[in-house]
Amino acid sequence: MTATNKDWRDDIYKVFKDLDITMVSHVPDAGHTPLINLCEKDNEIDVVTLTTEQDGVGLSCGAYAGGRKSALLMQSSGVGNCINALALPNICRIPFLTLVSMRGEWGEFIPWQVPMGLGTPKVLEAMDVKIFRADYKEEVGSTVDAAARFAFNTNRSAAVLLSQKMIGAKQFKNG
Amino acid sequence: MIDRRPFVQKILKNRKPNLRVISGLGTSTWDVMSGGDNTSNFGFIGAMGQAIPFSLGLAKSLPDLRILLFTGDGDTLMSLGSLATVANHPVSNLSIVVLDNESYVETGNQPTATAGKTDLELVAKGSGICNSYTITSENDYDKVIKTIYAEEGPSLVVAKCQAKATPLVFPHSFDGSVSINRFMSSIKS
Repeated sequence: MTATNKDWRDDIYKVFKDLDITMVSHVPDAGHTPLINLCEKDNEIDVVTLTTEQDGVGLSCGAYAGGRKSALLMQSSGVGNCINALALPNICRIPFLTLVSMRGEWGEFIPWQVPMGLGTPKVLEAMDVKIFRADYKEEVGSTVDAAARFAFNTNRSAAVLLSQKMIGAKQFKNG
Repeated sequence: MIDRRPFVQKILKNRKPNLRVISGLGTSTWDVMSGGDNTSNFGFIGAMGQAIPFSLGLAKSLPDLRILLFTGDGDTLMSLGSLATVANHPVSNLSIVVLDNESYVETGNQPTATAGKTDLELVAKGSGICNSYTITSENDYDKVIKTIYAEEGPSLVVAKCQAKATPLVFPHSFDGSVSINRFMSSIKS
């Protein structure tokens, strides 16, 4: 069990450090922002801002072929962009780890987030990605640790779904 | 217009030990294989659009090696955004050679956007890859070799090629895990 820090993003960062994850790519999401900031302050971690989530799959696989571990951070809306790209780690048995901040599930305000929020677990399962889910802050560290070890020890793809219940649903105000 | 297969073979003929070669799906992989099997090559046979980000991740991880990607205009057009990522997270050891035949030659020669108004050299430059140029003749071989081995990357060379089908030359294995492990062993040794 990973120790719980004040912010669950600190727990994820600790897993990155413990497991020597030195490349982190992302299409940003507010839920990931504190983690992205932690990684950007760390000279041992390369942070790569993508234009589309699917490029993070290829980037991650190339990094692994060159001897480095990485993680892809994205919002659930990005999972659909990755479908065909996920064939690459699958057929090559390259470990692939992604952390997905969920939208469209718990108290969502924007209807447009719902289709891909509902589709996220189905899409990942369809592409043989093992799903881990964290609904509570206390379990984030141990869940990310378990998913990362699953990916890197068994040469498979793993995704951690970080629930909207935990992240908090943003309520938008007009005007 | 360049005859792509002998051109790729010539570039790979006297390759230096510090070169690792990636190829985008389809014809580029057959082209590289036609130059002889080599454990320092890794060829895509699927996952269209992933060869550029893969090569970026590889180049970032292996700063002491030179990374050369051969890929097609179709593969490049599928991931134009990755050129912006390459430019903004630059790697000095990455060269991309786009074998631009202006068509999806494997599926029946349907024209790509580069047969129309799209210029990949300008797209690369506009994305921020300053070292980008177009060649139309095999005589530019020396210039490309200099770019691959000696110039500051990232670079993108658009090699305008004839749109003709070439014989398929299969890689050592179609199993990606076999191919990638073989390629990774060439890095460790």
